[in-house]
Amino acid sequence: RYCEYMFGRSWGRTWGRGPLAAREEPELFQLQVVIEAGDPGCERHPQLGSNEAYHLTVTEPVAVLKAPEVWGALRGLETFSQLVHEDDYGSFLINVSEINDFPRFAHRGVLLDTSRHYLPLKSILTNLDAMAFNKFNVLHWHIVDDQSFPYQSIYFPELSDKGAYSSNLVYTPTDVRLVIEYARLRGIRVIPEFDTPGHTQSWGKGQKNLLTPCYNGGQPTGSFGPVNPVWNTTYDFMTKFFKEISSVFPDEFIHLGGDEVDFSCWKSNPEVREFMKRQGFGVDYAKLESYYVQNIVDIVSSYNKGQMVWQEVFDHKAQLKPDTVVQVWMANNYAHELSSVTGAGLTAVLSSPWYLDYISYGQDWKKYYSVEPLKFPGSEKQKKLVIGGEACLWGEFVDATNLTPRLWPRASAVGERLWSSSNVTNLEDAYRRLRHQRCRML
Amino acid sequence: SENEPSWETPCSELLVYVSTPGCDGFPSLGSKENYKLSVSKGSMLLSAETIWGALRGLETFSQLVGRDENGTYYINVTEIVDFPRFPHRGLLLDTSRHYLPLRAILETLDVMAYNKFNVFHWHIVDDPSFPYESSTFPELSKKGAFNAMTHVYTASDVRTVIEHARLHGIRVIAEFDTPGHSLSWGPGAPGLLTPCYMGQTPSGAYGPINPIVNSTYKFVTSLFQEVSSVFPDFFLHLGGDEVDFTCWKSNPEIRDFMVKMGFGEDYKKLESFYIQRLLDIVSSLGKGYIVWQEVFDNNVKLRPDTIIHVWKDNHMEYLKEMANVTRTGYHALLSAPWYLNRISYGQDWIEAYKVEPLDFEGVSEQKALVMGGEACMWGEYVDVTNLTPRLWPRGGAVAERLWSNETVRDVEDAYTRLAEFRCTLLRRGIQAQPLYVGYCDHEFGGV
Repeated sequence: RYCEYMFGRSWGRTWGRGPLAAREEPELFQLQVVIEAGDPGCERHPQLGSNEAYHLTVTEPVAVLKAPEVWGALRGLETFSQLVHEDDYGSFLINVSEINDFPRFAHRGVLLDTSRHYLPLKSILTNLDAMAFNKFNVLHWHIVDDQSFPYQSIYFPELSDKGAYSSNLVYTPTDVRLVIEYARLRGIRVIPEFDTPGHTQSWGKGQKNLLTPCYNGGQPTGSFGPVNPVWNTTYDFMTKFFKEISSVFPDEFIHLGGDEVDFSCWKSNPEVREFMKRQGFGVDYAKLESYYVQNIVDIVSSYNKGQMVWQEVFDHKAQLKPDTVVQVWMANNYAHELSSVTGAGLTAVLSSPWYLDYISYGQDWKKYYSVEPLKFPGSEKQKKLVIGGEACLWGEFVDATNLTPRLWPRASAVGERLWSSSNVTNLEDAYRRLRHQRCRML
Repeated sequence: SENEPSWETPCSELLVYVSTPGCDGFPSLGSKENYKLSVSKGSMLLSAETIWGALRGLETFSQLVGRDENGTYYINVTEIVDFPRFPHRGLLLDTSRHYLPLRAILETLDVMAYNKFNVFHWHIVDDPSFPYESSTFPELSKKGAFNAMTHVYTASDVRTVIEHARLHGIRVIAEFDTPGHSLSWGPGAPGLLTPCYMGQTPSGAYGPINPIVNSTYKFVTSLFQEVSSVFPDFFLHLGGDEVDFTCWKSNPEIRDFMVKMGFGEDYKKLESFYIQRLLDIVSSLGKGYIVWQEVFDNNVKLRPDTIIHVWKDNHMEYLKEMANVTRTGYHALLSAPWYLNRISYGQDWIEAYKVEPLDFEGVSEQKALVMGGEACMWGEYVDVTNLTPRLWPRGGAVAERLWSNETVRDVEDAYTRLAEFRCTLLRRGIQAQPLYVGYCDHEFGGV
């Protein structure tokens, strides 16, 4: 696919020139790709710990791209393709270069939301291409939420039967496998998020007795709140559900969500109130939330998966595994939150300043570019615990009609901030290069 | 009889009756767009005085046709008498900040017609580029376009736009904005722009059109002679906005001229001097004109049938401006609250919808001078990659405000209809973005 990126449809044409043709200029005949590790990893999936470093030497007649693992080779190939340019006469040129490159942060993600609006496969795949062009390596798939449940579950087919917007707006197991493989070939991890206990209205359509019935004056109102944390059946369901998720999604991590849990429905429910008393939680519903989350954490851990959670889970003091990744998303004083999370010894991923769904007039890419993720009070050890960040494109106002122009090239600013060294900050220079990158993506 | 199913006789024909012939003409400000639509058992009749009304009625008719679960198309029995509140319902596209390929303009005209917009305000040239291929001055686009081979509108392209618009009942009003916003004119017309000075020597930079040399007026006359014949509408938009006086002030010849004319330090007088001569030229060519509000604000002497285009929106000042313009006796067009290029998070169509163009102090004769308004999609951050989703369905909010009765303002009802209309746009192949969460039966497949 890189031949087409570099040479367009014309690459078949220029290839016909024989090596014996008399040429004045030095010519580059070949890019050799060498993967140094004994096991290059081509059959496996990329991971948080994957090595993405590469060494690129461009001289005539053969350029060499060396990388410890195949993931670095993919990054280097992208760089190489960006170095190739066309002159006014249609010749392809590349400057003699020597590049030693590696990412500053290991977790460089884009969040897509396929619940507020269904995103057709084509949209997701196009986006994976764009991510690869910008060296992003994580697709955080916020796949279900209140509004719709498009994930077609094998164990619980009713979830999407009743919860998807419509029967054709679903992701079948084949669709999901396609996304995971398409991502893998580009060195991109797919981290699914099944957000609970809040953000789960659509789950209740296909799974009765999962959500908490809300009460008013002693009577059920007919509406439902977050997942019910007091029923055993809830955990029976989650055990089976996450068993499926753990086997469908090969990444080491699953995102459990845990954000914006509205306690009012729990408070109204007499069974829940009774449970609070028995557990000695008083009126602190954050404790109930943590009780729930801890159970899910145990379930998911038993399947040998690590967990990612939104910051509230940490803020409400749930007991988490030491390798849990906390995603900091609240805009208010996020530097302070990064201090707290890393101060507690947990790893953090930053999203707060990078909510790309928050559109505004003008060149807002500049403010995304100017973020310095490690600008918070903390020790060197703490700063190492910030493993990266994610540009989030929530879907309330986004679907396939406007996703690509809304996300790109704004997300590229985030991509560079997460890959490049902290001293690459000049806005004018970035503008020049981003303009070219945009034309390249076109 | 009462027990008959209401759809027993499939209706297969919409009869269209137009009382005044005129299919070969062009729509104008005065065109009547009234229509009557009668749908009853066994007959469907669309009648209008003019073909332009028939076009509006046909669009309405197409929106009334539904499809049931069995795939059968149906339409409810209906009686509609409809006409626009304002005669000038426009959309501005900017093809200078970014070139827009012909197909993007033609598609926009289609969707304008779906929304009963009837004026395409073509802001065709500006500072960054001059894509208009002039037959009188071919150097203008040769030197001023982003790419003179690929990023220009040939005479044929322009004709295509005008005819496509006409067939949809849309007037094309071209804007050649002067004396400011004209940097791209410079390379192809040496001597046209004012050379800026640093002290006693030219700095190499240029400013607005040079108002003190005769060659300017000779040039402007020839160019507008061509533009007047290329664009058939009675009105031309002459611009006149945001003239930066710094360059004029720096130029010693201009400073001498100011003294000679007794203008003092008031460069607005120099601007007026230019504009007045321009207006005379354009009038003598038999055209009417629309100008941006600065021309009015700066006390230029205008013809009584001038249309002032109100665009400045600092803290809702635009209603005061509408009052001033109409009190002085000029016609007004409103754009200030409808700058669709100014995107923001959330359902900003609601603010556009809530605008009430006549919500200012004034007698009814004054308010009658408000011809309508225009949604503007300036091009600094817009090209073909994002034009359609950015424009639609948000533009629909402005369209309804300009067509429908003043009393049609319920936001919840509008949301329901606009959301459904958005799905209709998708079905018609238009890449309109969502208003809020949800889905359409015909989703867009993605690019």
